[in-house]
Amino acid sequence: MTTYAMVIDTRTCIGCGDCVVACKNENKVPAGLNRDWVVEATRGEYPDLQTEFRSERCNHCGHATCVSSCPTGASHYWKDTNIVLVAEEKCTGCKACIAACPYDARLIMHPQGYVDKCTFCHHRVDQGLDPACVSSCPTHCMHFGMLDDRDSNVSRLLRERRHKVLLGETGNDPHVYYLL
Amino acid sequence: MIEEVLATARYNPKIDPTLGIWTWEISFYLFMGGMAAGIMLFAAWAVLSRKGDQLVFAHSRFALWAPVVLSLGMTTLFLDLEYKLHVFRFYTSLQATSPMSWGAWVLVLIYPLMIGQALSTLRQGYPMLAGLVNRVPGGGRVMRACEAQRRMIAWLVIPLAVCLGIYTGVLLSAFGARPFWNSGVLGPLFLISGMSTAAVLPILAGANPPERHFFEVVDIGLITAELVLIALLLINLATGGAQHIQALALVTGGQYTVPFWLWFVLPGLLVPVVFELVAARRYRWLGLTAAALVVYGGFMLRYLMVEIGQVSRWTDYAIQFDPQLLHRLVQ
Amino acid sequence: MKRREFLKISAALGAAGTMPTLLGGCAAKPLPGSGVVTTSPTICNMCFWQCAGTLYQEDGRPWKVVGHPDDPHCDGRLCTRGTGGIGAYLDPDRLRQPLLRVGKGGDQQFRAVSWEEAFDHIAQRMQAIAERHGKDRLALFSHGDGGNHFHRMLQAFGSHAYAHPSFAQCRGPRATAFALTYGESVGSPDRTDMGNSRCIVLIGSHIGENLHNSQVQSLARALDNGATLITVDPRFSVAASKSAHWLPIRPGTDIALLLAWMNVLINERLYDQDYVALHCNGFEQLVRHVQPFNPEWAYLETGIEPAKIRETARAMADAAPAALVHPGRHVTWYGDDTQRCRAIAILNALLGSWGRPGGFYSQEKVDLPEYPAPKPDKPATDWKAVLQPDFPLVGTGISNRLVERSVGADAFFKGWFVYATNLPMTLPGARDQIAAAAQSLDLVVVVDTMPAEITGFADVVLPECTYLERFDELRNKPERTPTLALRMPAFEPRYQSRPAWWMAKGIADRLGLGHYFPWQDLSEVLDWQLRQVGSSLDEMQKKGVKRFPRKGPIYFEPGRPIRFKTPSGKIELYSSLLADNGQDPLPRYTPPDRPPEGFFHLNYGRAPAHTFGRTINNPQLFELMPENAVWVHPSAAAWLDIASGDYVALENPNGRRSNRVRVRVTERIRPDSVFLVHGFGHTDGRQRLARNVGADDADLMHNVKIDPIAGSTGMRASFVTLKRVGKGELT
Repeated sequence: MTTYAMVIDTRTCIGCGDCVVACKNENKVPAGLNRDWVVEATRGEYPDLQTEFRSERCNHCGHATCVSSCPTGASHYWKDTNIVLVAEEKCTGCKACIAACPYDARLIMHPQGYVDKCTFCHHRVDQGLDPACVSSCPTHCMHFGMLDDRDSNVSRLLRERRHKVLLGETGNDPHVYYLL
Repeated sequence: MIEEVLATARYNPKIDPTLGIWTWEISFYLFMGGMAAGIMLFAAWAVLSRKGDQLVFAHSRFALWAPVVLSLGMTTLFLDLEYKLHVFRFYTSLQATSPMSWGAWVLVLIYPLMIGQALSTLRQGYPMLAGLVNRVPGGGRVMRACEAQRRMIAWLVIPLAVCLGIYTGVLLSAFGARPFWNSGVLGPLFLISGMSTAAVLPILAGANPPERHFFEVVDIGLITAELVLIALLLINLATGGAQHIQALALVTGGQYTVPFWLWFVLPGLLVPVVFELVAARRYRWLGLTAAALVVYGGFMLRYLMVEIGQVSRWTDYAIQFDPQLLHRLVQ
Repeated sequence: MKRREFLKISAALGAAGTMPTLLGGCAAKPLPGSGVVTTSPTICNMCFWQCAGTLYQEDGRPWKVVGHPDDPHCDGRLCTRGTGGIGAYLDPDRLRQPLLRVGKGGDQQFRAVSWEEAFDHIAQRMQAIAERHGKDRLALFSHGDGGNHFHRMLQAFGSHAYAHPSFAQCRGPRATAFALTYGESVGSPDRTDMGNSRCIVLIGSHIGENLHNSQVQSLARALDNGATLITVDPRFSVAASKSAHWLPIRPGTDIALLLAWMNVLINERLYDQDYVALHCNGFEQLVRHVQPFNPEWAYLETGIEPAKIRETARAMADAAPAALVHPGRHVTWYGDDTQRCRAIAILNALLGSWGRPGGFYSQEKVDLPEYPAPKPDKPATDWKAVLQPDFPLVGTGISNRLVERSVGADAFFKGWFVYATNLPMTLPGARDQIAAAAQSLDLVVVVDTMPAEITGFADVVLPECTYLERFDELRNKPERTPTLALRMPAFEPRYQSRPAWWMAKGIADRLGLGHYFPWQDLSEVLDWQLRQVGSSLDEMQKKGVKRFPRKGPIYFEPGRPIRFKTPSGKIELYSSLLADNGQDPLPRYTPPDRPPEGFFHLNYGRAPAHTFGRTINNPQLFELMPENAVWVHPSAAAWLDIASGDYVALENPNGRRSNRVRVRVTERIRPDSVFLVHGFGHTDGRQRLARNVGADDADLMHNVKIDPIAGSTGMRASFVTLKRVGKGELT
């Protein structure tokens, strides 16, 4: 099993949303729908403040509840990786996967009705490229790669830097990491 | 102070600002599913307990209601699908970890059993229909076989009906991502509620006084059990993690407080159980009102559970824009 | 179960399996990029950074646009607006045809006309102006390289007056101040060497919300390398959130802080003594000048504690010479902006960062010959001396002055060409004045891609095609490495739109000035120019970007004296030119106006999703940020009784009200200030996404402060209060 991870450095993420627009273009996401988004989290009271920017999307979890809850097998793992995809030819639009995702990362395609989400640009990964969002980031704060490779960028960053995941307590085993 | 906002406008329909993927279609289906399970159980009980003389309606006429009720529910279930053309995909695989997949298959398996149960007492309950069945080639043979195996069918019905009733609750409780649903109590609660809504149907259908009395007593017990289970559900939330406590707040001061207590618990559970306890025997209209309220309460339970569960969540990002503006994109 | 029944069931399932193809549309949809993909080089025009990029098409339809990996402006990454550039091409609200106004007065009626009729009309009117008043009575307002063609045509005609609003409404004071101090400009891209800096000071600059691409990238690199960031801003900007020190300064008091820093660096002997001795003039005067301005004095003006002022000064000195105070970009704030930029320039000299690694490097561009063509005659009189004699140190047009000189029957200007700049939203508090000018001018020609508000004042509207549909001049901006970049069309121009060069040439032809454009298509010019430097249009159409070797060193040679292009030949800490012109030769601090009771400092800025007002209607960027919100501190919100999500109107002390705008209650702003992103509040109904959304800050500016040296319009001295309004119906 190949484990792909995305590592995003909150120290240099400026919350510009370039990743959001790049994803929409690359994947031809229809108007009004978003596979990824940016969150701005501020703590403290003026003037002692901290603001963190996070580019969020599907976390391609190791124990994806969306995959386990799908009644038709439309939600599945791609090849032998942790990249979660939706086979739209099998999707009935029952939306169990949407209810199952604690990140609310999935969406209903318009007008067809099947479920869609971030795919880690597996069509680019297949060609050895990074996902479109990672490739567009102007501060180069986004990284992508295989955790199985000890010398990959992502493995090295996770070893060297403090980091967190979102909602790790759900037990879903997410693979988008935020460097602190 | 923590301020968490969406820095980019995200407004996926039915997902934002809170989940709204399942509305009345699913609530109605769960309601019908629970009711069908209850109907099957009482029809089976009437046969197995040999109380056919007292429970005339339940013994001979009730069972046919089950497939009708369930089919109504299946219709709205189908309507809920976003990609209806692919409905057959439920039946090209069985996903062992998906309650919905199990449910899809159980529904398919339960139909023959329901039909068999109805056929096993059709001649007593609906002579005219039985006559029609006889005219169908092979129909008479099947009907007589079911009559012969009436008790066996009743035994088989029990576990499957219990599965059906509990599954409607497990369907929701298996979603850990929706804190309000995430309690094992939901399965039994939906089963008990389904049985309760089924139990009052003979009363509404005009059964004779001994049968009505039986079901009123049964219903008192079922409603009491329901109240206990709801209390356990709320206690479960109150003693859970932060997101569970936040979910509980939706009905203890939040936006669903009034609907939950004033439009569900009071009229759907408390009032009918009081009516049934106190005066249903003496005043028939009280009994009918109570029964109607129980049915109403059964639907409201599902409706509110489905909605509140979707509103409960793990993340909480405020938006900085008016979602209506995005409609301009699709002019 | 019998075998026959089993087969029947499996056959039925099999039939069900084939049903999908019969019903159609149930097969997996094709993956992006699996069709026929073609690429072409372009230069993004979503802002002035002009990053080179590659436009991808799939099956003949626009797919995406991505940064060019060899381009020093962007290093392979486009910013948010650049990535959304296809939206500008696809925008259904684009201008489609030339429009001619029919009937004056408040009634805005336009008739779609052919290009011939439009050009004839323009040429006629221009000749009429020339006959009645003179050939020099036309002014060009321009933003973007396409304006160069109109400039050439107008110069050939005899009108030399022009203004880039980006001077007087944006970078003017910076340009003036650094020219006075160092004899050179800051450059665009700015010549900051932040990737190598160890300490960076931002005075109000919100890099990261303005997406000055290579500035953002080099700042990010600096942060990756552990540089210390110091941000001085009344708002907790994105940059502030990455800073070791955030100084939430009282608006308008930056000069006080800068003087106090100078005071500390000088008195604690932390400045670069060798550098100052070798390169600078006027140090003794500076020493005397800053003595009164100690941190304790500055604390009373700025609200920044003396310990903090000292701590940050020492941090800068510690990192020097790899320490820079960023010159900023949009610096037209309080009217003393040239003085503030001078203070920044001086501070950099004290740190010794100009010409040093981590400070400011030397830029070079390619020696690119101009296409051989007749040069327009020099003007008989210097229009600047006539129109802006009170700003002798400014070598370019001051847009607000040119607008003033266009109002009334006996105004100097009788005609305008406006290229790609939306004057009513660009100039502060000037909508009425622009309307008045449009009344009295004989000819207003507006060239734009979108129906911006300025087009409503035009006599002739000429639709320009977007950058994805045209050739333009080669990009040759001074940079770290001399680089040429090519913009070539990826698509045929949509509707009747055309490139600026084609329009200018067409008008020139009508005026008998066609020989000033001795070529048929701009691509001829590009090919000729490229051949002069060893390339060709063919090569560039494949490569997109070509780098050339530098001729000179990128930094100063240590210890070697340098001749600066200033009167003294040195870095002028004390500016003789300013003294000669009756201005303060050393930065003077003027306490700012205070807001009246119940009013707040009106602060505005940028957002990564948008370029001023130009992109609000771009569907891809509108989707990212459809409206602006006014930031209000919780204490102010409590006092006003408003909460996040409410809608208010901003009102200035003269009673002028803005469109309703959403409230955001946040700790990230000083309690005495409000902030919103500039560019919203469009009124033109033809922009169907942007119309009537959000508030326009520019319209509320009642207290515009003219800088006495640069003539620029200081826009941050205005005040507003907030009035609750209902959300109302969205029209």
